Amino acid sequence: MTEVEPKVKIAGAVTRRVKFIRPNSFSVFGVVNQLRELTRYFDLIHTLSQHRIRVRYKQSALGLTWAIMQPLSLMLIYTVIFSFVAKIQTNGAPYAIFVFVGLLPWTYFSTALTSATNSLVSHINLITKVYFPREILPLTYVIAAFFDFLIATSMLAIMMIYYRVPLTSNVLYAVPIILVMTIFVMAMALILSAVQVRFRDVGVGLPLLLQIWMFATPVVYPLSTAAKLPPTLHVLYLLNPMVGVIENFRRTVLLGSSPEFVSLGISLLISLILLPAAYLYFKRAEATVADII
Amino acid sequence: MIDLRFDSVSKKYLIRQEEEDDPKARSLAGRLRRLWQRPREFWAVRNVSFEVHRGEALGIIGHNGAGKSTVLKLLANIVTPSQGEIMINGQLAALIEVGSGFHQELTGRENVYLSGSILGMRRNEITRKLDSIIEFSGIREFIDTPVKRYSSGMFVRLGFSIAAHLDPDILLLDEVLAVGDAAFQSKCLERVNDLRRGGKTILFISHDLGAVERLCDRVLLMQRGEVIASGSPAEVIDQYKHSAATSFTSSFQGMGAVREWPDAQTAPGDGIVRLRKVRARTEEGETAAVFDIRRPIGVEMTYEVLEPGHVLIPNYYFFNQEQQLLFYAQDLEPDSRGQSRPAGQYVSTAWIPGNFLINGSILVAANITSDISVVAHHFHVREAVAFNVVDSFDGDSTRGDYTGPIGGLIRPRLNWTTQFRETHTANECVLEGESA
Repeated sequence: MTEVEPKVKIAGAVTRRVKFIRPNSFSVFGVVNQLRELTRYFDLIHTLSQHRIRVRYKQSALGLTWAIMQPLSLMLIYTVIFSFVAKIQTNGAPYAIFVFVGLLPWTYFSTALTSATNSLVSHINLITKVYFPREILPLTYVIAAFFDFLIATSMLAIMMIYYRVPLTSNVLYAVPIILVMTIFVMAMALILSAVQVRFRDVGVGLPLLLQIWMFATPVVYPLSTAAKLPPTLHVLYLLNPMVGVIENFRRTVLLGSSPEFVSLGISLLISLILLPAAYLYFKRAEATVADII
Repeated sequence: MIDLRFDSVSKKYLIRQEEEDDPKARSLAGRLRRLWQRPREFWAVRNVSFEVHRGEALGIIGHNGAGKSTVLKLLANIVTPSQGEIMINGQLAALIEVGSGFHQELTGRENVYLSGSILGMRRNEITRKLDSIIEFSGIREFIDTPVKRYSSGMFVRLGFSIAAHLDPDILLLDEVLAVGDAAFQSKCLERVNDLRRGGKTILFISHDLGAVERLCDRVLLMQRGEVIASGSPAEVIDQYKHSAATSFTSSFQGMGAVREWPDAQTAPGDGIVRLRKVRARTEEGETAAVFDIRRPIGVEMTYEVLEPGHVLIPNYYFFNQEQQLLFYAQDLEPDSRGQSRPAGQYVSTAWIPGNFLINGSILVAANITSDISVVAHHFHVREAVAFNVVDSFDGDSTRGDYTGPIGGLIRPRLNWTTQFRETHTANECVLEGESA
């Protein structure tokens, strides 16, 4: 663990930062210092995030179009299945845009989590050679996925114009909703990337988990459908933080209604509890990452 | 003013045994059980304390596995200490491996930004120094080419160039000077000397005793995770050379200057001949792990011939630390060549002349073959012994008075002959040219 004491005056004019490196132990002071240190690495976060985006599209012919292609192609598949094969009640909205509004934040969530989980393991050569706060690695993948999300949002705007979906001021709720999801995905990314160092099983099992998770979240169907679940399962279902995020994103953006604050509150509460816990766990694991990676 | 302080620092690694050969361990139950096993402890650094004053250049020497690199990694904050405290006063930069954080798909210029920020530079700082970095690297015309098209030399040049522009208060160096061609190496060394003259604090970890002696004010000697000596470079390097012979752990993990097989049944070999001992020795007959480059080195094998009547050819392969084959040598002496041998114990020694090898670690593979139409190996011990060759820079080794890095696999001192004939002066040459 590292503690950086604010700049100390030494021998007159020269100002140097004194740093102490000690065995890992928990202290509030230590956590504050770690967070302060993270802010000093803002430039690295910037460069690395930019790098992630650039590398992803550098050698692909379609470039940034891929950010749109992913939710768009999923939208086509689900539209075919759920509006023709199995009818799904969408409160009157066309199914294509209904599912796209769900897939948009979901793609952000799953892309961020998939790439961030592998972030420590895929940077072995950096981690064993250079020091920087390791949480920067999963963080930059979340930022890159967020960038994709913003690109794909433009497609949503086009679809909303095409389907003549009226925009209300409730759409502004989308900002805090996405913020809640970002907090949640950050927490998950910190936990999974740290566990992945010890057990590569995480990376192997994650695609399966995400698949199941997507169907346990109202992405391709409305939340009201989930009410048909047996009561105990339904309670469990509502504890999924992604439920409040996806459902309310759709409510505010597509239906123009105000968010449903109970489910959003559950998401917020879980995210706010999880993030500090995830951060502490990550920093604890960080101390031994270079030893066992 | 103290810039660096190690206060009773220890680093423990936990090693989990991987018994992949055992089918039981590979089963799911075996894997799960292993999670509960207590891992084995390994102390890479044990109770190390030292201080480095501002502007001082401290060298750390010792064999591989002595804990030098762990000290460096602890300082660079790459690994966390298990005990003790490290104090760092000022901005620290570690040149542990150049080109860290390069991405193949990005251009040289983009990689300067990427690698620079990973090493702790600010973006505007990189922009300011970009021109100088490109200039130093000497690859301006390729700077907008993806680095995957670079040669390894170009890669390293750009990497070092970024690192050389870090401008830290404290600099950690780990063998990084062994990169690029000779011209670039001297440029790097010059840069390090500049930093040193500029009053930077330097910590230098190297196998190159000559470089350590030239660069450092003070040297620590490490062995098995502990600091066993500290003092002036000449003193400590001398102690290293002498102590090394008796407690050589070798650059090659677990290999020493002598290897013995006490049990004849399990010794390498077959029913005809078995190897019992291999060692590196001096002319005086002492087993040694470190040799002065000017002295002959004897590589001796003791073997037992069990079945008489075979023609046996002892031979060696010599490798360097990069596992490159340096040369092959076999016994061609008339009294053993083509002669079938009676049963009994033999001791054969191959002599490498002084001023023949280069400084560094040498690894020896020991073999005995039979000279029949199909060459038969009686034994082939790939990693029999290892020893270090050191160049003391006294001016009478092949390097003469030059103290910089020299490439090559071997460095024999050859006999030179020169013929001299007096020629015309420059003016006469011109005249001659005109008349022709």
